[in-house]
Amino acid sequence: MSEELLVTARDNALIDPSLHIWTWEVAMYLFMGGLTAGIMFFAALMTVRDKEHIAPFAATRLALLAPIALSIGMTTLFLDLEHKLFVYRFYTSFQITSPMSWGAWILIVVYPISVLQILSTFRSGYPFFASFVDKLKPARLLMDWCERNRVTIAYAVIPFAVALGIYTGILLSAFGARPFWNSGVLGLLFLVSGLSTAAALVVLIARQKTEKELFTGLDFVLILSEIALIALVIISLASGSGQHIDALQIIMGGPYTFQFWVMFFCIGLVIPMLLEILEMAGISKSLAMLAPVLVLVGGYALRQVVLDAGQESTWTHYETQYSPELLQRLPGKD
Amino acid sequence: MTRFVMVIDTRTCIGCGDCVVACKTENKVPDGLNRDWIVEATRGTYPDLKTEFRSERCNHCSNATCVTLCPTGASHHWNDSNIVLVEPEKCTGCKACIAACPYDARLVMHPDGYVDKCTFCHHRVARGLDPACVSSCPTGCMHFGSLDDPHSEVNHLLKTRDYKVLKPETGNDPNVYYLI
Repeated sequence: MSEELLVTARDNALIDPSLHIWTWEVAMYLFMGGLTAGIMFFAALMTVRDKEHIAPFAATRLALLAPIALSIGMTTLFLDLEHKLFVYRFYTSFQITSPMSWGAWILIVVYPISVLQILSTFRSGYPFFASFVDKLKPARLLMDWCERNRVTIAYAVIPFAVALGIYTGILLSAFGARPFWNSGVLGLLFLVSGLSTAAALVVLIARQKTEKELFTGLDFVLILSEIALIALVIISLASGSGQHIDALQIIMGGPYTFQFWVMFFCIGLVIPMLLEILEMAGISKSLAMLAPVLVLVGGYALRQVVLDAGQESTWTHYETQYSPELLQRLPGKD
Repeated sequence: MTRFVMVIDTRTCIGCGDCVVACKTENKVPDGLNRDWIVEATRGTYPDLKTEFRSERCNHCSNATCVTLCPTGASHHWNDSNIVLVEPEKCTGCKACIAACPYDARLVMHPDGYVDKCTFCHHRVARGLDPACVSSCPTGCMHFGSLDDPHSEVNHLLKTRDYKVLKPETGNDPNVYYLI
């Protein structure tokens, strides 16, 4: 027998009996952050590779969705903060060892870059709205400048999009105290997942056949890469220390097995991948819209399950925890 | 870096919980929150059982991951010592430090929302006093002092007794020692 009991009351909210500090708000932010990274990356890639004729939506209209997705994510992230009035403190210092501090500053840089990217294709993508912008002289001049430097801006966007996509994973992997997150591959996995969700979004919205085909193919490759990266995450946990092996059990028979393997892996990766194969082979077109929807659901499911499983994994194991319900059993309590 | 350590004798600790009450009283910790707690660890097979009581709290790690990962500098080492504090005015309540602590020693202060934890009673330490938990211990099993002072009681105890720290493999370099 080896038992560690907490003999004095400890029922700290969000910490006991097991950590549950971050819930859907943070998962949604991680998802939206990845999606934004993917949106900016593909919009830039189409410009750099001069694919406007094949993928007009991605090349000229997609970029507008980046600040929208990012703002949704930042709103839910704000909702998660416990000391909201002091949110400005993220921007009164830069902590070089804290990925969260890096992230806060990356977000600040991404917004203006995203605006430049939008303006660089605004006239061709949204002529109606661009005509309003044109009425304002400084805005018109800025739009002219962005259009002239369209390719340069696209090249500049790519490293920031990659940084945004990868940081959400590094953010979690830097927590040595949560062994499930503690894998260097997580950053890459989140980046590839973010790119995949953005590709799915293009398939969902784009009208032109060539564009849907291009992005279905891209998404297929990204899903394959994601599966390979998941294998690497599992290998790195399985070959790690006792804490890592314990952490892996959380999705290998433990409490998050169903969420990981069914909700994320099957519904979010394998099924859409099979649907994409059928579509590319020209066998089934009727389910064409289902694959990208599932990829988006899977992208969110990945963040949620990784977030939950990571908080479940710990270095501290008390066999029995204090339960306030026990107080009800005291004599004199009805 | 001045190194303040707590040395707790598990052979004389009886798990009475006075340290927990003293902390709540001294630091006015709200209902339902605890900065310290007691663990009763039992090992063996009945009837050959061995019980150890441990009064646990923040380990005031020399290599504190909560300080490293705090995005705003709210979590910091006090006065170039290993004592880890949180400055409420800098804390956004993002909870990164809570996830970063392998000892689950942090808490969210309510109703305010900033993150709170054991301070080693630095307000008492600054006046040359022991932390409240140490000074209230009825069995005298808790000791506090500087490891830099070669004549301190804590130094003497660690030189003459067997001891352990919790989860040294985290690499956090914890500073609460348990005599065994």
